[in-house]
Parts: sequence; structure tokens; C-alpha cells
Amino acid sequence: MDILRYALYRFGTMLLTLLVVSVLVFVIINLPPGDYLSNQIAELRASGQSAGVAKAEFLRHEYALDRPLWQQYLIWMGFVPGPHGFSGLIQGNFGWSFEFDQPVAEIVGETLWLTVLVNLAAVLFVYLVALPLGVLAAARSKTWVDYTSAFVGYLGLATPNFLLALIMFYYGHKYFDIPIGGLMDPVYEGKPMTWDKVQSILIHLIVPTFVIGTSGASAMMQRLRANMLDELGKPYVETAIAKGMKPSRMLAKYPLRVAFNPFVADIGNLLPSMVSGSVLVSVVLGLQTIGPTLLTALKTQDQFLSAFVLMFVALLTLMGTMISDVLLVLLDPRIRYEGREA
Amino acid sequence: MSPLLTVEDLSIAFGDGDAVVRDVGFAVNAGETLALVGESGSGKTVTCRAVLRILPRSARFLSGRITLNSSEGTKVLSELPERRMRKVRGNLVSMIFQEPMRSLSPLHRIGNQVAEVLWLHRGATEKRARREVLNTFERVGFPDPERTYRSYPFELSGGMRQRAMIAMAMVARPELLIADEPSTALDVTTQAQVLGLIKDLQRDTGMAMILVTHDLGVVANMAEQVVVMHRGRVMESGPAEAVLRAPAHPYTRQLFDAAPSIPAAPEPAPPLPEDDLILQLRNVAKTYELRSGSPWKPDVLIHACRGVDLALPRGKTLAIVGESGSGKTTVARIALGAEPPDPGGEVLFRPHPGSEPVAVHRLSRAARTAFQREAQMVFQDPYSSLSPRMRVLDAMTEPLEIHGIGSRAERRDRAAAALKQVGLNADMLMRYPHAFSGGQRQRLSIARAMMLEPSLIVCDEPTSALDVSVQEQILSLLEDIRDRMNLSYLFISHDLAVVARIADEVAVMRQGLVVEQATPDTLFYNPKHPYTKALIAAQPSPDIDRPIDLKLVARGAGLPDTWDEAFRFTDTVIPSLAEVEPGHKVRCHV
Repeated sequence: MDILRYALYRFGTMLLTLLVVSVLVFVIINLPPGDYLSNQIAELRASGQSAGVAKAEFLRHEYALDRPLWQQYLIWMGFVPGPHGFSGLIQGNFGWSFEFDQPVAEIVGETLWLTVLVNLAAVLFVYLVALPLGVLAAARSKTWVDYTSAFVGYLGLATPNFLLALIMFYYGHKYFDIPIGGLMDPVYEGKPMTWDKVQSILIHLIVPTFVIGTSGASAMMQRLRANMLDELGKPYVETAIAKGMKPSRMLAKYPLRVAFNPFVADIGNLLPSMVSGSVLVSVVLGLQTIGPTLLTALKTQDQFLSAFVLMFVALLTLMGTMISDVLLVLLDPRIRYEGREA
Repeated sequence: MSPLLTVEDLSIAFGDGDAVVRDVGFAVNAGETLALVGESGSGKTVTCRAVLRILPRSARFLSGRITLNSSEGTKVLSELPERRMRKVRGNLVSMIFQEPMRSLSPLHRIGNQVAEVLWLHRGATEKRARREVLNTFERVGFPDPERTYRSYPFELSGGMRQRAMIAMAMVARPELLIADEPSTALDVTTQAQVLGLIKDLQRDTGMAMILVTHDLGVVANMAEQVVVMHRGRVMESGPAEAVLRAPAHPYTRQLFDAAPSIPAAPEPAPPLPEDDLILQLRNVAKTYELRSGSPWKPDVLIHACRGVDLALPRGKTLAIVGESGSGKTTVARIALGAEPPDPGGEVLFRPHPGSEPVAVHRLSRAARTAFQREAQMVFQDPYSSLSPRMRVLDAMTEPLEIHGIGSRAERRDRAAAALKQVGLNADMLMRYPHAFSGGQRQRLSIARAMMLEPSLIVCDEPTSALDVSVQEQILSLLEDIRDRMNLSYLFISHDLAVVARIADEVAVMRQGLVVEQATPDTLFYNPKHPYTKALIAAQPSPDIDRPIDLKLVARGAGLPDTWDEAFRFTDTVIPSLAEVEPGHKVRCHV
């Protein structure tokens, strides 16, 4: 029951943080002088196209860009009625993209969950690879197993992602016939979800997952190894051996449980760094993730689009931290009982 | 009948180094206790771990044969394949370790960790194992076994955790128990109770035991056979009675002479003079607030110490004795001005006879600097109290630099002189602390404290991390320096026997209160308070005719509400310190 209350409490603080983030995002996006429309109007005036100017002026009014900033913010969030009544983020209206001349929701629609998918796959890859290798490297420290995994790990850390992407691009296609580029076969793009489409997506996921996850996995492996080595020297490990446990079970049950805490705590950090870190990779591999969209939006001061993407990344981060916090409380009784003692 | 365990010609080395255990041999009979006695580095721990083959990977067996003659037949442990060795560990031979705080996994419930032994060796189902574990918990003295089963280690005190360890070692009914310093990390009254428990269990189950210890007092109370080790070799071995009554080897005799013990005091001593006090604590209390962390629960107040009145005459040693959590360290910190007392408390310090007292409890910045020149501290752990990255010279001259005393050359000369004073050589100045042994490091700490030529030194358990023979040397050094330089010591300790030798007056603390205060002779001759009596009774004495009186320990070591009516105190009702004879104060209802 305590854990439920804690989860609720964490959810509440998450919402509050999200509110603060929304203010920051909005202010920062509006810091550079001008906005997409006023830039456009200036351009149109210079080239003497007054018909376009009228349309742009109309849009400015339509999206309340002619009002003071604080009013713009409240309308964008949906706290106060705009020109069309209550219609903001909390009502599910993400705004209009001037650059693409489409509603934001339509532009990000599919890329949104593809982003989540790619990054979740990468996170899973990180954990699945780093966990066994890190434990093995620690258990067999200072043997060839340790040295080999360390070497491969440093190689993974030192290779830039986009370079790895290019290499995979070439060799993956040449030898393994893994489809490269995009997240699905072009024929499925924009089509409703079918089993064939899911299969296509899964096959296309292999290379991006590997490329995005490698450096994270290497880093995590090295940290897990160091943590495990610390734990292996502790007396409770000796106690477990003196009980007559098998080394493999002993490792999994005792030191790994303790060494694992930092990795659970890392979930929150992993998500955003992957989203922003995978922009280059997305460009190179032609992935329809949100990274490249964000880049375009920021460059052209397409404020509703960039604000929405930034909010989305913030939401991912905050959810990641919340999940790791709740998991930590579940995993470690020392944290769980902290308030109750004394 | 052949012995249960035979160790022959055991030699072990680490890496390419020299052997740390050489040609060690002994035999343990069924139902008997064999004590492996030695100081740190003697090889006693390596020897006992070799029996279970749980040495670090770099250890090398040079020679030796370890044979276990159990009810399941004869096994040569030194040659058994690892897989079959696992069936011996925890099953036929189990082990208790020194640090109960760290020897249990912090993330698993006690019940799970103990029952695991049965799952491993008996293939017991969860339910059957649970029943047996609950029985064992009851046997080792847990008042509520069900609750303990569900507890995590951090919810238990040190003594209770060691009981859980003992339960874990006993639950599979092994034929041999190896106990590696099982009571060293515990408070003295807890130690007495844990030792009593182990002895009881041994009598009930008839198992044999190898008891590894550095404390001859523990040996006298527990062992039938003794093996004395020094630098990896057996110095002397034989029946405990013979070895303890008439030690043959000079090294054993040396251990005996160094072992601190509470002397049988012939008569009470006169009280100390009170005309020239260097330090005075008046009505000192310290309350900590423990935040409950939730807005609808009140914060908890913890009284670290309450109503402490102490006076230290110039050139004397005042000892504060108590177990962990008794508030003795808080008092020391307040005396040094490291923490302010609660309002109303006063700490007065007179640097010179007859001078105006300095109010330590409210020092200005300048006055604090001046005060720090006069009052210094020697810490408990010589391994962590010296920076590993500073040369001895830098560590020692740093206080002089801070106070802007002398030129570089003068500081250096002073450091060299201080080293000589504590029995070290001036040519050690350029070394780093790791090049020194524990005793030498503690000498360095003392030398560093002396650099500013203070008049008051607070010693916080300065010998509890050291071997007995080294402890003896450090105590002598402290006494010598005190008398030579007319220093005054505030000496914090958990060990009455250590205090017996160096203190001029002893204050016994329990739960933040001074419960009894007198000169050591008076205290040992005529202890009044049940807690003091328990402390004295719990002290293991190397004299085989003076076993620990567990009844006396049990009567005084519990919580205050288990004491006799006259001594009881609660949070609100606290009796005052009454002077029962000149210089002898006891906290009791008159």
C-alpha cells in the first residue's frame, strides 16, 4: 500500500515538474527575436507579395501570436480560451506547424511512437548486453574474458555512432542482407498496421538498435563491472560462499542485486540522451524518428512543432525517472523503510 | 577415536610472496573448542579459511593436508573437488564472521538468508525450512522469531545480527563451527551474551568449534585447546588450562602481559582534587531532530546526551566509558567545540592555571582558532585519519601552517622532534602513511596532535583498532607524554580494562546519561550501578578462574526499565547523580 501511495506522490511531482518544464520550453523557444510568421511576413514584404502577407497576418491572429507572451503560453497550454475557445495541449490540440503547413499532430503522429520504439529497443539492448557481460567480466576479472570484453567495450565507446551506422550500412547490406535505412519497407509507409508491417518494422529495427545502443552498452558494462568488483570484496559474499552456494547462483542473488541499483537509477537518464543522441544516426540511417523533425523545427523557429517535441522528450525523461524511482523503492528495502524507522 | 578435524603441515602463500602460514598443524576433537590465538598478520584467519577453502584467488596451497572425519566418512578437504566441497560448506562445517554488520546481504530478508542453507543442503521445501529456521531463531534468543524471519539486517542491532549469523551457521547442524572473531565488533556486554550463547549451543548440539580470536580473555572463557600463532607459525599449543596457567613460550607470555584486564582493586581511592580544572562541562545536553520525512508525522527527538556535568583537573585523565550509542562521542565533540550543546549547557576551558575560562560553547572565530591550538584530538582509526596522499611531513606541519607558526625549517625541526617523542625516527618524515603499521600510524596521529603543543587532548578510542601488544605500547606512550608535558586527557573508550590503567577518573555513560562516576579503584572495588557491574562482569579476563558472570551481565546490560527500581530512568523521570561516598557518584533514586 505504501508503494502505491509513493507512486501516486511521484506522479504528482512529475506533473508539477512537467508544468515548470513547459514554461521553460516556451520561454526559451521564444527567446530569439521574431517568430516563424513575422520572419515570413518580412520576407514577403521585401519581395512585394502582399497577398501572402495578408494570409500570414491572418495566421498570426488565428494562433494568437499577436498577443503578449504570457497569454500565448496560457492559450498554448489550454488554460485560457484562445481565438477558438479552449484548445491547447491539455485539450489534445498540439498546434499548427507553419513550416510543414500541417497540424503538429499529423506530422509527429507515426514518428512519435516509432521514436519510442527505437529507443526502447536500444535500452533493452543496452541492458541485455551489458548485464551478462559486466557480471562475467567482474567474476572472471583479470583473465582473458575480462580483457576481451573491456577491449570490445572501449572500441564500442570510442566509435562515433554515425560512423558505426555507415559501417553497418555497408557491411550489413553486403553480407547479411539486412534492410538498411528507414524503419519499414516504403510500401507500408502511411498504411494502417498489419502483421506484415510489424514484421518489416522489426527487421528494420536491428541495425538502429545496435548502432544507438552500442556505446551505452559499453559504458554500462564497464560500470557494472566496477560495481560488481566492489561488491565481490564484501563480507556477505564470503558468507554466501561459506554456505555452500554455487558461484553462479551466488553472483546473481547477492552482489548483482546490490550492484544493480545504479542501473535502475539510470533509466531516467538513458531515454533523453538516446533521443537527442540518435539524431545524427536517424539522419544517416533515414529513420523516421522525431530527432530530425526537431532539428528542422528549431532551425526554422517553427514554434509549436519544436515546443511539442521538446515537451515530449521532457515527458519521456520524467517518466523514466519516475519509473526508476518507483523500481528502486521496490528493489531496495533500505530505501523503502527509510521513513518508517526511528 | 581419531579427531574430527586434522590439519597437518599447512603452508599457504599469496601470489609470489613468502608463505604467510607455515607448517601449521592442529587437531580438533568432536565437541571440543580449539582457540586459534594471534594478532593481526599472524595467519590465523588464513588458516581457518583454508579449512573451508574460501581463500582469495591469489592464495596458493604450498603444502598441507586437511582431513575431516565426520559422520559421513573421512574427507580430505584439501583435495576434495570444488563441487563436493560445496556440500561440506554450511552443512558439515559452517562459519561465523567478524562483522555482523556487513556479513549479511542488506537486500534480503534474514529468514531467506538463513533458510537458504536448508534449501541448499537438505533440499527442504520453503515451508519445512521455515519451521526449522523459526526453531533455531528461538534457540538463539530472538524474542519474536516470526518477525525476525521477515526483517532485513538493517532493522536489527549488531548483537541481534550476530545472533542471526549464528542461527545461519547452526541451522544445518554442522559438526564443526568456525568462528572468526565472532564477538570482536560487538559491545562488551553483547560480546558476553553472544559468547554465552555459542557455548550453550555447543553444549546442546555437541559440535566442535574453531574459535579465532586475539583476546586471551575470550580464550579463557571458551576454549579447551589453544593454538598460539605468530607470523604464520604455531608458537605454542596445548590444553587451555595448561597454556593459560603457565605459558611456556615467551610470545604467549608477552600476549598475557599486554592483555588489559580490570584489576581487583584492594580499596577505594581518594577523590581527585578540584581546585585547578582545565575543562568543565556543566549541564551539557545535545538533542538531535530526526526528520520523519512526512508532513503529518512529528519529528523524532533523540537525546544524544543529557545533563552531563564533568570536570577534568589539570594534568589528569578523565575517561568516559560507554557502549555504542551511549553519547560518549557526542560529549567529546561538544568538549572540543565541534558542536554546540543545547542552550543552557556550558563548556569552560582554562588554558593556564588561574586564567579566565574560555566559553567553548560560544566561541568567536578568533577565539576558536586560539582554542584549537590548545585542544587537539587523536582519532580511533589510524588508517583513515591520515590522508594517504600527504607525506608524513606535510600532515604534521599542516597545523603549524594553518596557525602561521615558524618558518619552513623550524616546522620541519619541530616535526622531527615530535616523531622522536613518539618513538619514531626523523628520517620517516618523507614517507607516506601506507608505509606504516597500525601502531606506527597511531603514533603519527599522536605526534600530529602534539605539534601545536596543546594542553588538552581528546582521545577517541585511540587503541580500539590496534592489536593488544600495540595497544599496550600506545597506552604507555600516552601516559608518558601526559606526565612529561603536563597534558590533560579526555579519554573516550568502550573498554573498562583499557581505562583501568590510564584514567584518574571514570564516568560510565548509558543512553546519554552518566550513570556512575568515580576513580577507577573506587569503581572496581565498589561498583554500585547495575550497568557498571554488568560492564565489569562482561569483561573477559585471561584468568581461567574468573569466567564471565553472565547473570550479572544480564541484570545490568538490558534497557533501563529492567534495572532495579532505584536506578530506573525514563524519558521524563531521571534520578539525579547522588554522591554515595566522597568522589563516587551514582545515578539513583535516593
